[in-house]
Amino acid sequence: MTGPLYEVFVRAKRGLNHVHVGSLHAADDRTALSHARDVYTRRNEGVSIWVVRADAITASSPDEKEPLFDPAGDKVYRHPTFYEVPDDVPHL
Amino acid sequence: MCPTSEPGGTAAVDHGPYADLDATDPAHWAFGTGFADPLAGIDPELPEGLDRTGHAALCLLLGDDALVYSHRLSEWCSRAPDLEDDVALGNIALDLLGQARLLLARAAVVDPTVVPAMPVGSPVPAEDALAFFRDAPAYHSSRTAALANGDFGHTVLRLFLWSTVRLAVLQRLVDHPDPVLAAIAAKGVKELTYHRDWSGRWVVTLAQGTEESRGRMVAAFDALAAARVELLGRYPDAGVEAEDVLDQLLDAAELRRPEEGADAGLADDLPDLLAELQSVARAHPMGRW
Repeated sequence: MTGPLYEVFVRAKRGLNHVHVGSLHAADDRTALSHARDVYTRRNEGVSIWVVRADAITASSPDEKEPLFDPAGDKVYRHPTFYEVPDDVPHL
Repeated sequence: MCPTSEPGGTAAVDHGPYADLDATDPAHWAFGTGFADPLAGIDPELPEGLDRTGHAALCLLLGDDALVYSHRLSEWCSRAPDLEDDVALGNIALDLLGQARLLLARAAVVDPTVVPAMPVGSPVPAEDALAFFRDAPAYHSSRTAALANGDFGHTVLRLFLWSTVRLAVLQRLVDHPDPVLAAIAAKGVKELTYHRDWSGRWVVTLAQGTEESRGRMVAAFDALAAARVELLGRYPDAGVEAEDVLDQLLDAAELRRPEEGADAGLADDLPDLLAELQSVARAHPMGRW
């Protein structure tokens, strides 16, 4: 298949967020959406699809892993663990 | 919500994206609850005033066309230009197979005399008996649906022409007095809208592509001129709408309206198709699948 690489995000139902499900090649944006529908939502997985050209995504580099993420590793006081989450609050 | 929590058991299972599969949309249950019998749980009675013979013939007309075309499309499996279009063609074939099952099963309920006789004790359900144990002359499908596959351009154009006409036909059946046929039509309208859109986009893409792809699209229009005449002849009520949609496509593809053909020149590829479709089932009339 020719064409640029697209990343595919699918939202499973109302109220949830779009989740990255995979990638595909397509000649243009609309074809990418059509392909995503055919490949990633054929088992009733989604109610909404985003496709984004992979080259439009700015990503962090594995080389930056330590300076970007390690400093957050020992800051336990940033986790609000002392809250009781009510039973009727899903997806928190 | 899924009725998954049991007394004293663990919390409800999270089915993730599949949680809504058993959602209680009433339209869903119009097609019954059984995989083995697509119309399980459906009231077999017909509304007053519907002629059983004629209504069964209508169900077979629509069901046979879907079954035969589904088989042709399924032959693309593993052969499409890329994986995504391979899956797309498979999805479309499966949509049509689903329509065919519902329509053949409905025809058998409406008029049991249409179902071929099977050996005593055969477990073959009526829809399978209709699909696998009728010879070509008993089929009500179009020649267009049975045509042997050409290249990819021929395939997307045939799908566009066929789904445009079928969509117009099903749209008129959404209000049919038989509630089962009306529900089948409503389901089919959504599916065919996508089939038409998918194939139409490909026709435009190929027509506006390279010199080679445009040439193949023009050739496909010539090859399918008789098919278009046949489809419009089968469903005269759908003609105006189908021709209007075709004009929009030709406009987008910057193609000229093809010469009018005569459907006399259309090959009859149904016997070959049925030979492959039916041979295994016919070898085992007592088989349980």
